[in-house]
Amino acid sequence: MQNKLSNIFKKVPAYILVGIWIVIALTPLLWMVSSSFKGEASLMATPPKLLPDPFSLENYQKLFEKPVLLWVFNSVFVATIVTIEVVAVSSLAGYAFAKLRFPGRNLLFWLLIMTMMIPGQVTLAPLYELIMRLGFLDSFKALIFPPIAAVWGTFLLKQFIQTLPTELIDSGRVDGASELQIFSRIILPVAKPGLAVLGIFTFVAHWNDFMWPLVVLKDQSRYTIQLGLSAFRFQYTTAYGPMMAGATLAALPMVIIFLLLQRYFMEGLTVGAIKG
Amino acid sequence: MHLMLKKSIHNRETVAGYLFIAPVYLAFILFMLYPLVKAIIMSFTMVGTDYVGWVGFQNYVTVFKDYAWWPSVKNTIIYSAVVVPGAIFIPFILAALIRVMKPAAQTFSKSCLYLPQVSSGLVMSLVWFWIYDPFNGLLNYLIGKVGIQPQIWLGDVKTALLSLILMAVLAGHGSNTILYIAAMGGIPKTLYEVARLEGANWWQTVRNITWPLLRPTVLYVLIMSIIGSFQVFTPAYVMTRGGPGLATSTVVYKIFNDLFTYFSFGTATAEALILALVIITISLIQFRFFATDVEY
Repeated sequence: MQNKLSNIFKKVPAYILVGIWIVIALTPLLWMVSSSFKGEASLMATPPKLLPDPFSLENYQKLFEKPVLLWVFNSVFVATIVTIEVVAVSSLAGYAFAKLRFPGRNLLFWLLIMTMMIPGQVTLAPLYELIMRLGFLDSFKALIFPPIAAVWGTFLLKQFIQTLPTELIDSGRVDGASELQIFSRIILPVAKPGLAVLGIFTFVAHWNDFMWPLVVLKDQSRYTIQLGLSAFRFQYTTAYGPMMAGATLAALPMVIIFLLLQRYFMEGLTVGAIKG
Repeated sequence: MHLMLKKSIHNRETVAGYLFIAPVYLAFILFMLYPLVKAIIMSFTMVGTDYVGWVGFQNYVTVFKDYAWWPSVKNTIIYSAVVVPGAIFIPFILAALIRVMKPAAQTFSKSCLYLPQVSSGLVMSLVWFWIYDPFNGLLNYLIGKVGIQPQIWLGDVKTALLSLILMAVLAGHGSNTILYIAAMGGIPKTLYEVARLEGANWWQTVRNITWPLLRPTVLYVLIMSIIGSFQVFTPAYVMTRGGPGLATSTVVYKIFNDLFTYFSFGTATAEALILALVIITISLIQFRFFATDVEY
Protein backbone atom coordinates (compact mmCIF):
# COMPACT_ATOMS: atom_id res chain seq x y z
CA MET A 1 0.00 0.00 0.00
CA GLN A 2 2.68 2.44 1.03
CA ASN A 3 4.76 1.35 -1.89
CA LYS A 4 1.87 2.03 -4.24
CA LEU A 5 1.35 5.48 -2.75
CA SER A 6 4.99 6.49 -3.13
CA ASN A 7 4.84 5.14 -6.65
CA ILE A 8 2.00 7.49 -7.47
CA PHE A 9 3.85 10.45 -5.97
CA LYS A 10 6.79 9.56 -8.15
CA LYS A 11 4.71 9.34 -11.29
CA VAL A 12 2.30 12.26 -11.04
CA PRO A 13 4.96 15.00 -11.44
CA ALA A 14 6.27 13.17 -14.50
CA TYR A 15 2.84 13.19 -16.15
CA ILE A 16 2.30 16.87 -15.29
CA LEU A 17 5.71 18.09 -16.47
CA VAL A 18 5.67 16.10 -19.70
CA GLY A 19 2.05 17.16 -20.26
CA ILE A 20 2.94 20.85 -19.92
CA TRP A 21 5.78 20.49 -22.38
CA ILE A 22 3.58 18.63 -24.87
CA VAL A 23 1.07 21.52 -24.77
CA ILE A 24 3.88 24.04 -25.38
CA ALA A 25 5.33 21.99 -28.22
CA LEU A 26 2.03 21.33 -29.96
CA THR A 27 0.51 24.81 -29.67
CA PRO A 28 2.15 26.22 -32.84
CA LEU A 29 0.95 23.25 -34.90
CA LEU A 30 -2.60 23.35 -33.51
CA TRP A 31 -2.67 27.10 -34.10
CA MET A 32 -1.52 26.50 -37.68
CA VAL A 33 -4.30 23.97 -38.37
CA SER A 34 -6.93 26.12 -36.64
CA SER A 35 -5.86 29.24 -38.54
CA SER A 36 -5.92 27.40 -41.85
CA PHE A 37 -9.69 26.86 -41.50
CA LYS A 38 -10.49 30.46 -40.58
CA GLY A 39 -11.90 32.94 -43.01
CA GLU A 40 -10.33 36.36 -43.48
CA ALA A 41 -12.51 38.04 -40.83
CA SER A 42 -12.18 35.46 -38.06
CA LEU A 43 -8.42 35.22 -38.70
CA MET A 44 -7.99 38.89 -37.87
CA ALA A 45 -10.47 38.95 -34.96
CA THR A 46 -9.41 40.53 -31.65
CA PRO A 47 -9.20 38.71 -29.32
CA PRO A 48 -8.13 35.74 -31.50
CA LYS A 49 -10.59 32.87 -31.70
CA LEU A 50 -9.05 29.56 -30.68
CA LEU A 51 -11.27 27.56 -33.02
CA PRO A 52 -12.36 28.50 -36.54
CA ASP A 53 -15.80 30.12 -36.37
CA PRO A 54 -17.21 30.05 -38.98
CA PHE A 55 -15.35 27.06 -40.42
CA SER A 56 -14.04 28.04 -43.84
CA LEU A 57 -12.19 26.37 -46.72
CA GLU A 58 -11.39 29.59 -48.55
CA ASN A 59 -7.67 29.40 -47.62
CA TYR A 60 -7.41 25.96 -49.19
CA GLN A 61 -9.24 27.15 -52.30
CA LYS A 62 -6.63 29.90 -52.70
CA LEU A 63 -3.84 27.39 -52.05
CA PHE A 64 -4.97 24.91 -54.69
CA GLU A 65 -4.77 27.53 -57.41
CA LYS A 66 -1.13 26.35 -57.36
CA PRO A 67 0.05 22.79 -58.26
CA VAL A 68 0.55 21.91 -54.60
CA LEU A 69 -0.37 18.23 -54.96
CA LEU A 70 2.39 17.76 -57.51
CA TRP A 71 4.86 19.45 -55.14
CA VAL A 72 3.80 17.14 -52.31
CA PHE A 73 4.23 14.13 -54.58
CA ASN A 74 7.70 15.32 -55.65
CA SER A 75 8.72 15.65 -52.01
CA VAL A 76 7.40 12.21 -51.05
CA PHE A 77 9.13 10.64 -54.06
CA VAL A 78 12.55 12.21 -53.42
CA ALA A 79 12.52 11.77 -49.64
CA THR A 80 11.48 8.10 -49.89
CA ILE A 81 14.26 7.18 -52.33
CA VAL A 82 16.85 9.07 -50.30
CA THR A 83 15.71 7.39 -47.07
CA ILE A 84 15.99 3.89 -48.52
CA GLU A 85 19.43 4.48 -49.99
CA VAL A 86 20.76 6.21 -46.88
CA VAL A 87 19.59 3.45 -44.50
CA ALA A 88 21.06 0.78 -46.81
CA VAL A 89 24.53 2.30 -47.22
CA SER A 90 24.76 3.62 -43.64
CA SER A 91 23.95 0.28 -42.05
CA LEU A 92 26.65 -1.43 -44.12
CA ALA A 93 29.26 1.21 -43.36
CA GLY A 94 28.17 1.69 -39.75
CA TYR A 95 28.45 -2.04 -39.11
CA ALA A 96 31.88 -2.20 -40.75
CA PHE A 97 33.20 0.69 -38.68
CA ALA A 98 31.68 -0.69 -35.47
CA LYS A 99 32.53 -4.36 -35.63
CA LEU A 100 34.90 -5.30 -38.48
CA ARG A 101 38.65 -4.90 -38.17
CA PHE A 102 40.47 -3.71 -41.27
CA PRO A 103 43.59 -1.61 -41.89
CA GLY A 104 42.96 2.15 -41.84
CA ARG A 105 39.54 1.78 -40.24
CA ASN A 106 40.01 4.47 -37.60
CA LEU A 107 41.64 6.89 -40.03
CA LEU A 108 38.83 6.45 -42.58
CA PHE A 109 36.20 6.90 -39.87
CA TRP A 110 37.83 10.04 -38.53
CA LEU A 111 37.96 11.51 -42.02
CA LEU A 112 34.19 11.01 -42.28
CA ILE A 113 33.56 12.47 -38.82
CA MET A 114 35.71 15.49 -39.53
CA THR A 115 33.62 16.41 -42.56
CA MET A 116 30.41 15.85 -40.63
CA MET A 117 31.31 18.97 -38.72
CA ILE A 118 31.76 20.97 -41.91
CA PRO A 119 28.72 23.14 -42.62
CA GLY A 120 27.02 22.50 -45.94
CA GLN A 121 27.56 26.09 -47.03
CA VAL A 122 31.27 25.37 -47.53
CA THR A 123 30.65 23.05 -50.43
CA LEU A 124 27.50 24.76 -51.72
CA ALA A 125 29.16 26.60 -54.63
CA PRO A 126 31.57 23.81 -55.77
CA LEU A 127 28.88 21.15 -55.40
CA TYR A 128 26.58 23.24 -57.57
CA GLU A 129 29.31 23.35 -60.25
CA LEU A 130 29.80 19.57 -60.01
CA ILE A 131 26.07 18.86 -60.29
CA MET A 132 25.94 21.12 -63.33
CA ARG A 133 28.82 19.28 -65.02
CA LEU A 134 27.21 15.91 -64.26
CA GLY A 135 24.06 17.17 -66.02
CA PHE A 136 21.97 16.73 -62.85
CA LEU A 137 20.83 20.35 -62.69
CA ASP A 138 17.07 20.95 -62.51
CA SER A 139 16.52 17.20 -62.07
CA PHE A 140 15.66 14.94 -59.13
CA LYS A 141 19.12 13.38 -59.60
CA ALA A 142 20.58 16.48 -57.97
CA LEU A 143 18.57 15.69 -54.84
CA ILE A 144 18.99 11.90 -54.90
CA PHE A 145 22.69 11.26 -55.56
CA PRO A 146 24.64 13.50 -53.12
CA PRO A 147 22.97 12.02 -49.97
CA ILE A 148 24.58 8.61 -50.69
CA ALA A 149 27.56 10.17 -48.94
CA ALA A 150 25.64 9.35 -45.74
CA VAL A 151 28.18 10.55 -43.22
CA TRP A 152 26.00 11.11 -40.18
CA GLY A 153 23.88 8.05 -40.91
CA THR A 154 27.08 6.02 -40.79
CA PHE A 155 28.07 7.73 -37.56
CA LEU A 156 24.69 7.14 -35.94
CA LEU A 157 24.52 3.46 -36.86
CA LYS A 158 28.15 2.90 -35.92
CA GLN A 159 27.35 4.26 -32.46
CA PHE A 160 24.23 2.11 -32.32
CA ILE A 161 25.71 -1.16 -33.60
CA GLN A 162 28.70 -0.72 -31.31
CA THR A 163 26.41 -1.32 -28.33
CA LEU A 164 25.33 -4.72 -29.75
CA PRO A 165 27.23 -7.69 -28.29
CA THR A 166 30.13 -8.92 -30.45
CA GLU A 167 29.29 -12.49 -29.38
CA LEU A 168 26.46 -12.39 -31.94
CA ILE A 169 28.98 -12.02 -34.74
CA ASP A 170 31.40 -14.60 -33.34
CA SER A 171 28.63 -17.16 -33.03
CA GLY A 172 27.66 -16.44 -36.64
CA ARG A 173 31.22 -17.08 -37.78
CA VAL A 174 31.38 -20.32 -35.83
CA ASP A 175 28.17 -21.39 -37.58
CA GLY A 176 29.92 -20.78 -40.91
CA ALA A 177 27.91 -17.75 -42.06
CA SER A 178 29.45 -15.39 -44.64
CA GLU A 179 30.13 -11.77 -43.68
CA LEU A 180 27.13 -10.59 -45.69
CA GLN A 181 24.93 -13.22 -44.01
CA ILE A 182 26.16 -12.13 -40.59
CA PHE A 183 25.26 -8.56 -41.51
CA SER A 184 21.85 -9.25 -43.02
CA ARG A 185 20.64 -12.09 -40.77
CA ILE A 186 22.21 -11.29 -37.40
CA ILE A 187 23.02 -7.58 -37.26
CA LEU A 188 20.17 -6.03 -39.27
CA PRO A 189 17.33 -7.64 -37.26
CA VAL A 190 18.72 -6.47 -33.91
CA ALA A 191 19.65 -3.06 -35.35
CA LYS A 192 16.08 -2.41 -36.52
CA PRO A 193 15.29 0.30 -33.94
CA GLY A 194 18.44 2.13 -35.01
CA LEU A 195 17.51 1.78 -38.68
CA ALA A 196 14.01 3.11 -37.98
CA VAL A 197 15.42 6.10 -36.12
CA LEU A 198 17.86 6.82 -38.96
CA GLY A 199 15.10 6.33 -41.55
CA ILE A 200 12.76 8.82 -39.96
CA PHE A 201 15.54 11.30 -39.29
CA THR A 202 16.63 11.06 -42.91
CA PHE A 203 13.10 11.44 -44.22
CA VAL A 204 12.54 14.50 -42.05
CA ALA A 205 15.89 16.03 -43.02
CA HIS A 206 15.26 15.68 -46.73
CA TRP A 207 11.66 16.78 -46.47
CA ASN A 208 12.91 19.80 -44.53
CA ASP A 209 15.71 20.55 -46.98
CA PHE A 210 15.16 23.98 -48.38
CA MET A 211 18.43 25.59 -49.44
CA TRP A 212 19.71 22.82 -51.72
CA PRO A 213 16.49 22.32 -53.75
CA LEU A 214 16.32 26.11 -54.01
CA VAL A 215 19.77 26.12 -55.59
CA VAL A 216 19.40 23.19 -58.01
CA LEU A 217 15.72 23.20 -59.08
CA LYS A 218 14.34 25.79 -61.48
CA ASP A 219 11.25 24.32 -63.15
CA GLN A 220 8.09 24.70 -61.03
CA SER A 221 6.92 21.21 -62.05
CA ARG A 222 9.86 19.71 -60.16
CA TYR A 223 9.48 21.86 -57.04
CA THR A 224 9.35 20.18 -53.66
CA ILE A 225 6.58 21.35 -51.34
CA GLN A 226 9.10 23.46 -49.41
CA LEU A 227 10.08 25.38 -52.54
CA GLY A 228 6.47 25.71 -53.63
CA LEU A 229 5.46 26.99 -50.21
CA SER A 230 8.25 29.57 -50.14
CA ALA A 231 7.25 30.74 -53.62
CA PHE A 232 3.70 31.07 -52.34
CA ARG A 233 4.90 32.92 -49.25
CA PHE A 234 6.81 35.51 -51.24
CA GLN A 235 3.90 36.04 -53.61
CA TYR A 236 1.37 36.86 -50.88
CA THR A 237 3.48 38.24 -48.04
CA THR A 238 0.78 38.86 -45.46
CA ALA A 239 -1.82 36.26 -46.52
CA TYR A 240 -1.55 34.29 -43.28
CA GLY A 241 -4.60 32.13 -44.05
CA PRO A 242 -3.43 30.47 -47.27
CA MET A 243 0.07 30.35 -45.78
CA MET A 244 -1.22 28.29 -42.84
CA ALA A 245 -3.19 26.08 -45.23
CA GLY A 246 -0.01 25.41 -47.20
CA ALA A 247 1.97 24.78 -44.03
CA THR A 248 -0.71 22.33 -42.85
CA LEU A 249 -0.62 20.50 -46.16
CA ALA A 250 3.20 20.35 -46.05
CA ALA A 251 3.12 18.85 -42.56
CA LEU A 252 0.35 16.31 -43.21
CA PRO A 253 2.21 13.62 -45.25
CA MET A 254 5.00 13.71 -42.68
CA VAL A 255 2.56 13.14 -39.84
CA ILE A 256 1.08 10.15 -41.66
CA ILE A 257 4.44 8.58 -42.41
CA PHE A 258 5.62 9.18 -38.88
CA LEU A 259 2.51 7.51 -37.45
CA LEU A 260 3.04 4.51 -39.73
CA LEU A 261 6.70 4.12 -38.74
CA GLN A 262 6.59 4.99 -35.06
CA ARG A 263 6.05 1.32 -34.16
CA TYR A 264 9.77 0.78 -34.83
CA PHE A 265 10.71 3.40 -32.27
CA MET A 266 8.50 1.79 -29.67
CA GLU A 267 9.97 -1.67 -30.11
CA GLY A 268 13.02 -0.40 -28.33
CA LEU A 269 16.42 -1.96 -28.32
CA THR A 270 16.87 -5.70 -28.33
CA VAL A 271 20.25 -5.61 -26.70
CA GLY A 272 19.30 -8.62 -24.64
CA ALA A 273 19.13 -10.82 -27.76
CA ILE A 274 21.88 -13.02 -26.33
CA LYS A 275 20.64 -14.53 -23.11
CA GLY A 276 22.62 -17.46 -21.78
CA MET B 1 45.27 -24.68 -37.04
CA HIS B 2 43.85 -22.18 -34.58
CA LEU B 3 46.19 -19.50 -35.90
CA MET B 4 45.22 -20.19 -39.54
CA LEU B 5 41.54 -19.88 -38.73
CA LYS B 6 42.18 -16.56 -37.02
CA LYS B 7 44.14 -15.33 -40.03
CA SER B 8 41.47 -16.28 -42.56
CA ILE B 9 38.81 -14.56 -40.48
CA HIS B 10 41.08 -11.53 -40.36
CA ASN B 11 41.34 -11.44 -44.20
CA ARG B 12 37.60 -11.93 -44.58
CA GLU B 13 36.96 -9.01 -42.25
CA THR B 14 39.33 -6.77 -44.22
CA VAL B 15 37.66 -7.51 -47.56
CA ALA B 16 34.14 -7.20 -46.11
CA GLY B 17 35.08 -4.00 -44.28
CA TYR B 18 36.24 -2.24 -47.44
CA LEU B 19 33.28 -3.53 -49.47
CA PHE B 20 30.77 -2.45 -46.84
CA ILE B 21 32.08 1.10 -46.58
CA ALA B 22 32.56 1.44 -50.39
CA PRO B 23 29.14 2.94 -51.33
CA VAL B 24 29.30 5.61 -48.65
CA TYR B 25 32.97 6.30 -49.24
CA LEU B 26 32.87 6.63 -53.04
CA ALA B 27 29.95 9.07 -52.79
CA PHE B 28 31.77 10.81 -49.95
CA ILE B 29 34.86 11.38 -52.11
CA LEU B 30 32.81 12.66 -55.07
CA PHE B 31 30.23 14.82 -53.28
CA MET B 32 32.15 15.90 -50.18
CA LEU B 33 35.95 15.69 -50.35
CA TYR B 34 36.29 16.93 -53.92
CA PRO B 35 33.96 19.96 -53.44
CA LEU B 36 35.71 20.64 -50.14
CA VAL B 37 39.12 20.88 -51.81
CA LYS B 38 37.60 23.10 -54.52
CA ALA B 39 36.03 25.31 -51.84
CA ILE B 40 39.39 25.83 -50.15
CA ILE B 41 40.92 26.83 -53.50
CA MET B 42 37.93 29.10 -54.16
CA SER B 43 38.45 30.95 -50.90
CA PHE B 44 41.93 31.97 -52.05
CA THR B 45 40.75 32.96 -55.50
CA MET B 46 38.98 35.95 -56.91
CA VAL B 47 36.57 35.67 -59.81
CA GLY B 48 35.88 39.24 -60.79
CA THR B 49 35.25 41.11 -64.00
CA ASP B 50 38.72 42.64 -64.17
CA TYR B 51 40.77 40.04 -62.29
CA VAL B 52 40.64 36.26 -62.08
CA GLY B 53 43.16 34.35 -60.02
CA TRP B 54 44.96 33.63 -56.79
CA VAL B 55 44.64 36.40 -54.21
CA GLY B 56 46.08 34.75 -51.10
CA PHE B 57 44.27 35.69 -47.88
CA GLN B 58 42.59 38.74 -49.35
CA ASN B 59 39.10 37.21 -49.17
CA TYR B 60 39.63 36.46 -45.48
CA VAL B 61 40.81 40.01 -44.81
CA THR B 62 37.69 41.27 -46.60
CA VAL B 63 35.52 39.14 -44.32
CA PHE B 64 37.08 40.45 -41.11
CA LYS B 65 36.70 44.05 -42.29
CA ASP B 66 33.07 43.52 -43.31
CA TYR B 67 30.78 45.61 -41.09
CA ALA B 68 28.17 42.79 -41.08
CA TRP B 69 30.52 39.94 -40.13
CA TRP B 70 31.10 40.50 -36.40
CA PRO B 71 27.45 41.26 -35.57
CA SER B 72 26.51 38.02 -37.36
CA VAL B 73 29.12 36.11 -35.33
CA LYS B 74 27.81 37.65 -32.11
CA ASN B 75 24.20 36.80 -32.94
CA THR B 76 25.13 33.20 -33.73
CA ILE B 77 27.01 32.81 -30.45
CA ILE B 78 24.20 34.30 -28.36
CA TYR B 79 21.69 32.09 -30.15
CA SER B 80 23.75 28.92 -29.60
CA ALA B 81 24.56 29.72 -25.98
CA VAL B 82 20.86 29.34 -25.14
CA VAL B 83 19.64 26.86 -27.74
CA VAL B 84 22.34 24.17 -27.33
CA PRO B 85 21.97 23.61 -23.56
CA GLY B 86 18.22 23.53 -24.13
CA ALA B 87 18.57 20.87 -26.82
CA ILE B 88 20.67 18.68 -24.50
CA PHE B 89 18.98 18.97 -21.12
CA ILE B 90 15.30 19.47 -21.98
CA PRO B 91 15.03 16.20 -23.96
CA PHE B 92 17.16 14.36 -21.37
CA ILE B 93 14.80 15.36 -18.58
CA LEU B 94 11.78 14.60 -20.76
CA ALA B 95 13.20 11.16 -21.59
CA ALA B 96 13.92 10.34 -17.94
CA LEU B 97 10.41 11.46 -16.96
CA ILE B 98 8.71 9.62 -19.82
CA ARG B 99 10.39 6.35 -18.85
CA VAL B 100 8.55 6.48 -15.53
CA MET B 101 5.18 6.48 -17.31
CA LYS B 102 2.94 3.64 -18.38
CA PRO B 103 3.81 2.20 -21.83
CA ALA B 104 0.77 3.71 -23.58
CA ALA B 105 1.52 7.15 -22.13
CA GLN B 106 5.16 6.77 -23.20
CA THR B 107 4.14 6.07 -26.79
CA PHE B 108 1.71 8.98 -26.76
CA SER B 109 4.26 11.43 -25.31
CA LYS B 110 6.98 10.47 -27.76
CA SER B 111 4.59 10.92 -30.69
CA CYS B 112 3.41 14.32 -29.46
CA LEU B 113 6.94 15.59 -28.89
CA TYR B 114 8.12 14.40 -32.26
CA LEU B 115 5.22 15.85 -34.25
CA PRO B 116 6.52 19.46 -34.37
CA GLN B 117 9.82 18.17 -35.71
CA VAL B 118 8.09 16.35 -38.52
CA SER B 119 7.29 19.82 -39.83
CA SER B 120 10.06 21.56 -41.73
CA GLY B 121 11.99 24.61 -40.65
CA LEU B 122 10.16 26.55 -43.33
CA VAL B 123 6.74 25.47 -42.01
CA MET B 124 7.64 26.27 -38.40
CA SER B 125 9.08 29.64 -39.42
CA LEU B 126 5.85 30.54 -41.22
CA VAL B 127 3.77 29.46 -38.22
CA TRP B 128 5.89 31.43 -35.75
CA PHE B 129 5.89 34.39 -38.14
CA TRP B 130 2.11 34.35 -37.68
CA ILE B 131 2.33 33.79 -33.90
CA TYR B 132 4.69 36.79 -33.57
CA ASP B 133 2.42 39.05 -35.62
CA PRO B 134 2.23 42.32 -33.62
CA PHE B 135 -1.48 42.93 -34.28
CA ASN B 136 -3.26 39.56 -34.45
CA GLY B 137 -0.53 37.22 -33.22
CA LEU B 138 -1.20 34.56 -30.62
CA LEU B 139 1.79 35.49 -28.44
CA ASN B 140 0.76 39.10 -27.88
CA TYR B 141 -2.71 37.85 -26.99
CA LEU B 142 -1.31 35.36 -24.45
CA ILE B 143 1.08 37.81 -22.77
CA GLY B 144 -1.72 40.38 -22.75
CA LYS B 145 -3.67 38.02 -20.53
CA VAL B 146 -0.99 38.33 -17.84
CA GLY B 147 -0.76 42.07 -18.29
CA ILE B 148 2.32 42.44 -20.49
CA GLN B 149 2.27 45.08 -23.20
CA PRO B 150 2.18 43.81 -26.80
CA GLN B 151 5.61 43.59 -28.43
CA ILE B 152 6.72 44.02 -32.04
CA TRP B 153 8.60 40.73 -31.66
CA LEU B 154 10.34 40.41 -35.00
CA GLY B 155 10.40 44.09 -35.86
CA ASP B 156 12.18 45.33 -32.74
CA VAL B 157 15.98 45.20 -32.44
CA LYS B 158 15.58 44.31 -28.75
CA THR B 159 13.33 41.27 -29.22
CA ALA B 160 14.09 39.94 -32.74
CA LEU B 161 16.96 37.59 -31.82
CA LEU B 162 15.14 36.58 -28.63
CA SER B 163 12.19 35.59 -30.81
CA LEU B 164 14.36 33.24 -32.89
CA ILE B 165 15.79 31.73 -29.68
CA LEU B 166 12.36 31.29 -28.10
CA MET B 167 11.10 29.45 -31.16
CA ALA B 168 14.04 27.01 -31.01
CA VAL B 169 13.83 26.34 -27.26
CA LEU B 170 10.04 25.89 -27.07
CA ALA B 171 10.19 23.00 -29.52
CA GLY B 172 9.21 19.38 -28.91
CA HIS B 173 12.83 18.17 -28.91
CA GLY B 174 11.29 14.86 -30.00
CA SER B 175 14.20 13.40 -31.93
CA ASN B 176 16.64 13.93 -29.09
CA THR B 177 14.12 12.65 -26.55
CA ILE B 178 13.55 9.49 -28.60
CA LEU B 179 17.31 8.99 -29.03
CA TYR B 180 17.77 9.29 -25.26
CA ILE B 181 14.88 6.94 -24.51
CA ALA B 182 16.24 4.37 -26.98
CA ALA B 183 19.67 4.59 -25.35
CA MET B 184 18.18 4.44 -21.85
CA GLY B 185 16.41 1.24 -22.87
CA GLY B 186 19.83 -0.26 -23.51
CA ILE B 187 20.92 0.17 -19.91
CA PRO B 188 20.43 -3.12 -18.03
CA LYS B 189 17.45 -3.07 -15.66
CA THR B 190 19.55 -4.81 -13.01
CA LEU B 191 21.51 -1.60 -12.46
CA TYR B 192 18.31 0.24 -11.61
CA GLU B 193 17.14 -2.60 -9.40
CA VAL B 194 20.37 -2.50 -7.43
CA ALA B 195 20.00 1.28 -7.07
CA ARG B 196 16.42 0.86 -5.87
CA LEU B 197 17.42 -1.77 -3.33
CA GLU B 198 20.05 0.63 -2.04
CA GLY B 199 17.36 3.25 -1.60
CA ALA B 200 18.41 5.67 -4.37
CA ASN B 201 15.80 8.23 -5.39
CA TRP B 202 14.83 9.16 -8.95
CA TRP B 203 17.33 12.00 -9.23
CA GLN B 204 20.21 9.92 -7.83
CA THR B 205 19.43 7.15 -10.31
CA VAL B 206 19.39 9.57 -13.23
CA ARG B 207 22.53 11.34 -12.05
CA ASN B 208 24.63 8.26 -11.24
CA ILE B 209 23.41 5.61 -13.68
CA THR B 210 21.53 7.06 -16.66
CA TRP B 211 23.62 10.15 -17.36
CA PRO B 212 27.12 8.53 -17.25
CA LEU B 213 26.04 5.49 -19.26
CA LEU B 214 24.43 7.71 -21.88
CA ARG B 215 27.65 9.52 -22.70
CA PRO B 216 27.88 8.35 -26.36
CA THR B 217 24.32 9.60 -26.98
CA VAL B 218 24.93 12.86 -25.13
CA LEU B 219 28.07 13.40 -27.19
CA TYR B 220 26.11 12.82 -30.37
CA VAL B 221 23.31 15.19 -29.31
CA LEU B 222 25.81 17.84 -28.20
CA ILE B 223 27.74 17.81 -31.47
CA MET B 224 24.63 17.78 -33.62
CA SER B 225 23.06 20.63 -31.62
CA ILE B 226 26.11 22.84 -31.94
CA ILE B 227 26.42 22.13 -35.65
CA GLY B 228 22.71 22.82 -36.06
CA SER B 229 22.55 26.04 -34.07
CA PHE B 230 25.73 27.45 -35.61
CA GLN B 231 24.05 26.96 -38.97
CA VAL B 232 20.68 28.50 -38.12
CA PHE B 233 19.33 30.01 -41.31
CA THR B 234 15.71 29.32 -42.21
CA PRO B 235 13.96 31.34 -39.44
CA ALA B 236 16.26 34.30 -40.07
CA TYR B 237 15.64 34.05 -43.79
CA VAL B 238 11.88 33.50 -43.66
CA MET B 239 10.84 35.63 -40.70
CA THR B 240 13.25 38.58 -40.51
CA ARG B 241 15.61 38.57 -43.49
CA GLY B 242 18.38 39.09 -40.94
CA GLY B 243 16.76 42.27 -39.65
CA PRO B 244 15.83 44.67 -38.34
CA GLY B 245 19.21 46.11 -39.27
CA LEU B 246 21.59 43.26 -38.46
CA ALA B 247 19.70 42.13 -35.34
CA THR B 248 19.09 38.56 -36.58
CA SER B 249 21.82 38.26 -39.20
CA THR B 250 23.44 34.92 -38.40
CA VAL B 251 26.69 33.64 -39.91
CA VAL B 252 24.93 31.33 -42.34
CA TYR B 253 22.39 33.98 -43.26
CA LYS B 254 25.30 36.24 -44.16
CA ILE B 255 26.99 33.48 -46.16
CA PHE B 256 23.78 32.84 -48.09
CA ASN B 257 23.36 36.56 -48.71
CA ASP B 258 26.92 36.93 -49.99
CA LEU B 259 26.47 33.91 -52.28
CA PHE B 260 23.11 34.65 -53.83
CA THR B 261 22.63 38.41 -53.39
CA TYR B 262 26.15 39.65 -54.01
CA PHE B 263 27.58 36.59 -55.84
CA SER B 264 30.90 37.03 -54.03
CA PHE B 265 31.77 33.33 -54.05
CA GLY B 266 35.31 33.87 -52.77
CA THR B 267 34.34 35.79 -49.60
CA ALA B 268 31.23 33.67 -48.98
CA THR B 269 33.29 30.46 -49.17
CA ALA B 270 35.95 32.02 -46.94
CA GLU B 271 33.22 32.82 -44.38
CA ALA B 272 31.90 29.26 -44.60
CA LEU B 273 35.41 27.89 -44.05
CA ILE B 274 35.93 30.09 -40.99
CA LEU B 275 32.66 28.73 -39.60
CA ALA B 276 33.79 25.19 -40.43
CA LEU B 277 37.08 25.73 -38.61
CA VAL B 278 35.29 26.94 -35.48
CA ILE B 279 32.81 24.04 -35.53
CA ILE B 280 35.57 21.46 -36.03
CA THR B 281 37.66 22.92 -33.20
CA ILE B 282 34.74 22.87 -30.76
CA SER B 283 33.71 19.35 -31.80
CA LEU B 284 37.26 17.99 -31.40
CA ILE B 285 37.55 19.48 -27.93
CA GLN B 286 34.27 17.80 -27.01
CA PHE B 287 35.39 14.49 -28.47
CA ARG B 288 38.54 14.49 -26.34
CA PHE B 289 36.49 15.52 -23.36
CA PHE B 290 33.65 13.03 -23.70
CA ALA B 291 34.89 10.13 -25.80
CA THR B 292 35.20 7.22 -23.45
CA ASP B 293 33.79 3.89 -24.50
CA VAL B 294 30.96 2.85 -22.29
CA GLU B 295 30.63 -0.87 -21.59
CA TYR B 296 27.92 -2.58 -19.62
